[in-house]
Amino acid sequence: MSLPLHLWEMKEQIQEVALDYGLDPFETIFEVVDYAQMNEIAAFGGFPTRYPHWRFGMEYEQLAKSYEYGLSKIYEMVINNDPSYAYLLEGNNLVDQKTVIAHVYAHVDFFKNNYFFSKTNRKMIDEMANHGARVRRYVDRHGIELIEDFIDTCLSLDNLIDYHSPFIERRSKDDQQEEEMVDGVPKIRAKDYMDEYINPQEFLELQKQKLLDQEQKSRQFPSEPEKDVMRFLLEHAPLEGWESDILSIIREEAYYFAPQGQTKIMNEGWASYWHSKILTQKVLTDAEIIDFADINAGVMATSPGRMNPYKLGVELFRDIEDRWNKGRYGKEWDECDDLERKTNWDRELGEGRDQIFRVRRLYNDITFIDEFLTEEFVAEQKLYTFGYNRKSGRWEIDSKQFKEVKNKLLDQLTNFGSPFIYVKDGNYKNRAELLLHHKHMGTELDMNYARGVLKALHRVWKRPVNIETLYDDKGALLSFDGSDYTEEAIEYEPI
Amino acid sequence: MADHSKIKQDHRRFKQIVRGKIKGNLRDYMTQGELTGKQGKDIVKIPIPRIDIPRFRYGTKQTGGVGQGDGEVGDSLGQGEEGPGQGQEVGNQEGDKGIEVDVSLDELAEIMGEELELPKIEPRGTEKLETIKDKYSGIRNIGPESLKHFKRTYKEALKRQISTGEYDPDNPIIIPMRDDKRFRSWKETSMPQSNAVIIYMMDVSGSMGDEQKEIVRIESFWIDTWLRSQYKGLDSRFIIHDATAKEVDRDTFFHTRESGGTMISSAYKLALKIIEDEYPLEDWNVYPFHFSDGDNWSVDDTGECMAILRDGMLPRSNMFCYGQVESPYGSGQFIKDLEEHFGDHDSVVLSEIKNREAIYDSIKTFLGKGL
Repeated sequence: MSLPLHLWEMKEQIQEVALDYGLDPFETIFEVVDYAQMNEIAAFGGFPTRYPHWRFGMEYEQLAKSYEYGLSKIYEMVINNDPSYAYLLEGNNLVDQKTVIAHVYAHVDFFKNNYFFSKTNRKMIDEMANHGARVRRYVDRHGIELIEDFIDTCLSLDNLIDYHSPFIERRSKDDQQEEEMVDGVPKIRAKDYMDEYINPQEFLELQKQKLLDQEQKSRQFPSEPEKDVMRFLLEHAPLEGWESDILSIIREEAYYFAPQGQTKIMNEGWASYWHSKILTQKVLTDAEIIDFADINAGVMATSPGRMNPYKLGVELFRDIEDRWNKGRYGKEWDECDDLERKTNWDRELGEGRDQIFRVRRLYNDITFIDEFLTEEFVAEQKLYTFGYNRKSGRWEIDSKQFKEVKNKLLDQLTNFGSPFIYVKDGNYKNRAELLLHHKHMGTELDMNYARGVLKALHRVWKRPVNIETLYDDKGALLSFDGSDYTEEAIEYEPI
Repeated sequence: MADHSKIKQDHRRFKQIVRGKIKGNLRDYMTQGELTGKQGKDIVKIPIPRIDIPRFRYGTKQTGGVGQGDGEVGDSLGQGEEGPGQGQEVGNQEGDKGIEVDVSLDELAEIMGEELELPKIEPRGTEKLETIKDKYSGIRNIGPESLKHFKRTYKEALKRQISTGEYDPDNPIIIPMRDDKRFRSWKETSMPQSNAVIIYMMDVSGSMGDEQKEIVRIESFWIDTWLRSQYKGLDSRFIIHDATAKEVDRDTFFHTRESGGTMISSAYKLALKIIEDEYPLEDWNVYPFHFSDGDNWSVDDTGECMAILRDGMLPRSNMFCYGQVESPYGSGQFIKDLEEHFGDHDSVVLSEIKNREAIYDSIKTFLGKGL
C-alpha cells in the first residue's frame, strides 16, 4: 500500500529537512505494510521476490513467532536500490513512523554516497526477481529437491568471496609501454647515456629472476592464491549450465550484500545520528519528545556481552563531529600531555559536519574503527572485551584497555569475522584435486563446519577436495573424497 | 506488493525438511526421552540438529567479543552458561546449536504414525457422547458494548439514514442509534465424539528402579500422543501398586517408590472397578496398560490376575497391554504367565522392554495392532 496522506506529508517534510542538512539520498518510495507482509519481506532479506528456498521459510517462521510472542518487531526495512524502497509498519504510532522515515533517508544517503556501495547493482530489485525467475525455471525442469539441494551447496560457499575484488583495477596496458624488451628482459626506456644508470646490471638480473619466478608460477594453477573461491569454481569446476547459473546467482547476491556487512556500524550509526538530529531539531512537536526518547532509548540499548552497532556508530560519529569542531586532532593534539589543556581544548574550527560527511563517503567499519576509535572514547563509552573463563565457567570481562578493545573489534570486523580461505591449487597432487588454504591468524577453524563445507565443495568440484590449516598448532590437511573424511599431519606453510 | 503464496511455499518446504529430520531421528527422540520434558499445552519443542548451512567459521574455543557497560575486569557478564553471541551483527556467526522447533502434538502423532507404520484405530462403539461448544458466529440485536459488531452496526445505520433521507453524500456522517446496533453472539454446536481412557498401572515396589520408571514415563508419553490423535476425548488414569493399589495423579505416578511386596491383582481389581464405575462400555474405548518388572507375590495371586483379565478386564477393553521392564531384581515371570494364558488372544499385547533402545519397538508392538 502506498502512503496515506498524513504519512506522505510527514515524509515530504522530513525529506526537505534531510536535504537541507546536506543529505543526498536516492528517491525513496515508502510503502505501508502490515506485520505479516513485513515479516515476509524481511524473511526474503528485504526483497519481495527471491528464488524459492526453505531458509526464507525458516526465517519467516522465526520472525512470525517472535512477533506473536511480543519479543520483537521489525520497525523498518530499506533496500539499496535506485529508487530505494522502504517499508513502514502499519499501526505504528506517528513518532515511530517519523523516526523510521528520517532513519531511512540517512540509510539511503549512505547507500548512494558511501564508496563501498559504489559498485553494487542499483537495480537489484529487478535483478533479484530475475534470479527468482531463473531458479524457478530450473525447479520446473529438475524438481525442487535437486535445485534446493544445490542452492544449499552454493550457500555453504557464499562467504568465500573477495570483498575487495570489485575495487581492483587491473593494470592497464599503458604501464607496460614504458618497458621494452632486450634479450627477453624488460628494460625501462631511457636515453642511451642514461641507460646504465636507469637499467643497471643488478636491475636487469632482478628482472630476469622475476620472469623466471613468473614462469614457475604460471605453471601453478591458480598462479596466485585466489580468494574469490566462488569465481574460481565458476571458471574451472565441471558444472552443468544450470549449476553454473545458480552458483553465479548466489555469488552475485553475496557481493551485493557484502557492503552492508562491511559498514554495519557506520550505516546504523549514520542513520541514528540523523534521525535524532532531524527529529529533535526540526520535526517533533513538544508533546512528542518523550515518545521519541523512549523509542530512541530502545534502539540504543546495550546489554552485557553484546555490542550494539547503532550505539557504537552514533557515538563515534558524534565524537568525530565534536573533535573536528574543536580541532582535537592532528600532531599538536596527539602530542599534548597536559590533561587540563586537553580537557579545555577548543580551536573553534567548526569542521565537524564536513568531517562526518567525508567519513561517511570514504570509510568502512574497519577503517572507521581503526582511525577514529580513541582511548578517551573507549573509556567514556565503557567498552570492554570479554571471553569465556573456563575456570569459573562464566563469561567475564577480560580487559578495558584501549588496545585490546580496538584489536578485538577489528578482529571481528575483518573479513566479517570469517576465516580467510584461498584456492591454492586446482590440480593438487597432479590429480585435479582441489586444495584450499586457510590463512591462520590465531584462530582455528571449526572442524565440524569445515567438513560440511568440504562436502559442498566436493559437490561442485566433483573430485577430492582438501584444506590445509593449523589445528592445535600443528599443520593439518582435511580431505574429503566424496565418501570419507581424512585428516593428516602436514607442514603448514603460510602464504 | 509481495505475493503471499511465495513465502508460504518456502515455509512449507521448511516444515517438510523439519518433518523429515524428526522422522529420521524418531528413534533417538524416543530413546532419550528429552521431548517429554518440553511439552507445552498442545505443542512439543523438538530440538533439530543442524538445519543451518555449514560455512567455514572459527571454532568456539577462542571467541569472545566487545561489550559495553559498567563493570570491572573479571566481572561476570551474568548470562549463565549459554553465553553471549559473537557481538550481535558484527561477523556473521550463527549459534552452532541446532534450532528448536515447535511441533503440535497432532503433527508429532502423524509423524510417529508414519514412521512406525501404525494403523489408524477404528473407534469402537457409537459416538454417543456429545460435547457442546460455543462459537461466536451469530448476530443479535442486543448485547454488551464489548461485543458490538461495528461493520453490521454501521451498515444498519447507513441503511436507515438513506431510507429516511438523512444521508448526505457530501457530508457522510453516520450516527448509529440504539436500534441500529448489532452484537456478536454465540451459537451452541454439539459435536459427537469418541472417547478413550488409558489406565496406566505400574508396579512401584522396591525392585523398580529410576531407570525402569523413566522407561515407563517415555512410553506413556508416546502412547498418550498417539491415542490422543485417534480420539477426540482422552482420559488418563494412574494406578500404582505394591501389595496394595491406589489411584494417584500423573506426577505421583512417576515419582513414588514403595518397598513392599507385589500383588498385581490389587491393581487389576482397582482398574476394573474404575472401568465399571466410570467408563460404560458403550461410550468408551478402554486401554489398560500395565508396567512391571514381572515379579509377583505368589502363584495364587497370578492366578487371580488371569481370572480378572479374562472375566472382567478384557471384555471391557479394546486391548490390554503389558510392558515388562527388565530390572536386576525381578524374576520376569509374569510375562510368561500372561503368554501362557493369553498368548493367542488378539487383544492382549505383551512387550519386553530391556532398555531404552527397546522403547521404539515396544511402542510399535503396543500400537501396531490398531485396536
